[in-house]
Amino acid sequence: AAALAVVPSRYKVDEKLTPQKDVTTYNNFYEFGLDKGDPAALSGDFKPRPWTIAVDGMVGKPGTFDIDQLIKDFPIEERVYRMRCVEAWSMVIPWNGFPLAALLDKVEPLGSAKYVAFETVVRPEEMPGQGGYFQSLSWPYIEGLRLDEARHPLTLLAVGLYGETLPNQNGAPIRLVVPWKYGFKGIKSIVRITLTDQQPKNTWQVTNPQEYGFYANVNPEVDHPRWSQATERRIGEGGFFSSGGRRPTLPFNGYADEVASLYAGMDLRANY
Amino acid sequence: MAPVLPKRWQPASVWLLYIVGLLPAAWSFYLGATDDLGADPVKSFELLLGLWTLRFLIATLAVSPFRDLAGWNLIRYRRALGLLTFYYALMHFSVYAILDQAPMFNAILADVLKRPFIMFGMAALLLLIPLAITSNMASIRRLGKNWIRLHRLIYPIAALGALHFALSTKVLTLEQYVYIGLIVVLLLYRGVRPILRARKNERKNLRAQATERIA
Repeated sequence: AAALAVVPSRYKVDEKLTPQKDVTTYNNFYEFGLDKGDPAALSGDFKPRPWTIAVDGMVGKPGTFDIDQLIKDFPIEERVYRMRCVEAWSMVIPWNGFPLAALLDKVEPLGSAKYVAFETVVRPEEMPGQGGYFQSLSWPYIEGLRLDEARHPLTLLAVGLYGETLPNQNGAPIRLVVPWKYGFKGIKSIVRITLTDQQPKNTWQVTNPQEYGFYANVNPEVDHPRWSQATERRIGEGGFFSSGGRRPTLPFNGYADEVASLYAGMDLRANY
Repeated sequence: MAPVLPKRWQPASVWLLYIVGLLPAAWSFYLGATDDLGADPVKSFELLLGLWTLRFLIATLAVSPFRDLAGWNLIRYRRALGLLTFYYALMHFSVYAILDQAPMFNAILADVLKRPFIMFGMAALLLLIPLAITSNMASIRRLGKNWIRLHRLIYPIAALGALHFALSTKVLTLEQYVYIGLIVVLLLYRGVRPILRARKNERKNLRAQATERIA
């Protein structure tokens, strides 16, 4: 990972950072394998450069953007966000990136565009989880946001963490971070962003619609079918007896003041 | 059927099995207590104990097919394997209740009542208790035929354990297919065993008749 020039940001959670070692060795990235340790262990062959990202669909000026050019064009902010996984664990991560809205502005979305769809790269030769007889999901991994969610100032395209370019296991070279949603919405190694008027069918919703919805907003009151979402374990707090135990999960992962208005009038139990 | 070990080593080998069998739990407990079990030590320990429960369950169920089909008699290790299954199941549950969920005992109760996969796991653990309590020689003597009937509970326990494992993850992994597949095969074997035995006896009778005729 190479050092990144970063500027400070006002979006900074005042909580103890999860150690870099844990952020980079405890990952869900099924393209590299199902174990939390697989992405760090099995992503050595992945080549995050050269890399371009296509932005197309209902836009005035579709384009293909080089990752290094994007890093030059936009100030790379440091944003310390809580990250809440749908599996009821959480981290506090110093991401480096730029708002997705800045990239969307460049392509000039049309008035008809309502949603943004994202797509992960498919490279079975570099990503062992995409090859072989046993495949966990259908590729490419797809995610989506409503356009107003995508344009929200908290929604980040991260190109690094802890002041360095993203490690392969964290979604190099560019990934989405939506801090008020469960972690699986943060699609990794993005190659395409498409503006559309149809709600995208995200991978986990397709795989298991009873368990994973489109919105996936962090909500302590809506259980996952197999566990409660009321509490979470913070990663990297030490061994059995030094960790702080479970902490309560906050509505919208603690970002309710910023984002609750996006969902005014919606039934969040139905739109989970 | 050849004995696996000379007779005088057999009691010692059973004790060795208990010691070796408990090593994974002891070693992981040490790693977890000293913050050397990865980023999420409680979850890792919980998962490890669950996997070893299944491994010992599978080993317990494999003892009699091994004797029937391969002629290896490992029956003297079966009580230890069964008890190790129980100990690991109990530790798996304790870690969930004490290290993972504590001190929210109402959360545990809600989990058990609301979530089928936890219900299956709890049921398996509860059914293991009478088997563990009656695993001694005195119970075997006292219960006689009923002991055999009671210990057939291991079959529903195995099915519940497999279900608990199958329903515990977002997608079924290759590892799960292997474990669940082994349990299914070992349970199905119990279904076909009477047929195999009947055939074997038939052959034996035919041979006996033939020998009689020659004589």
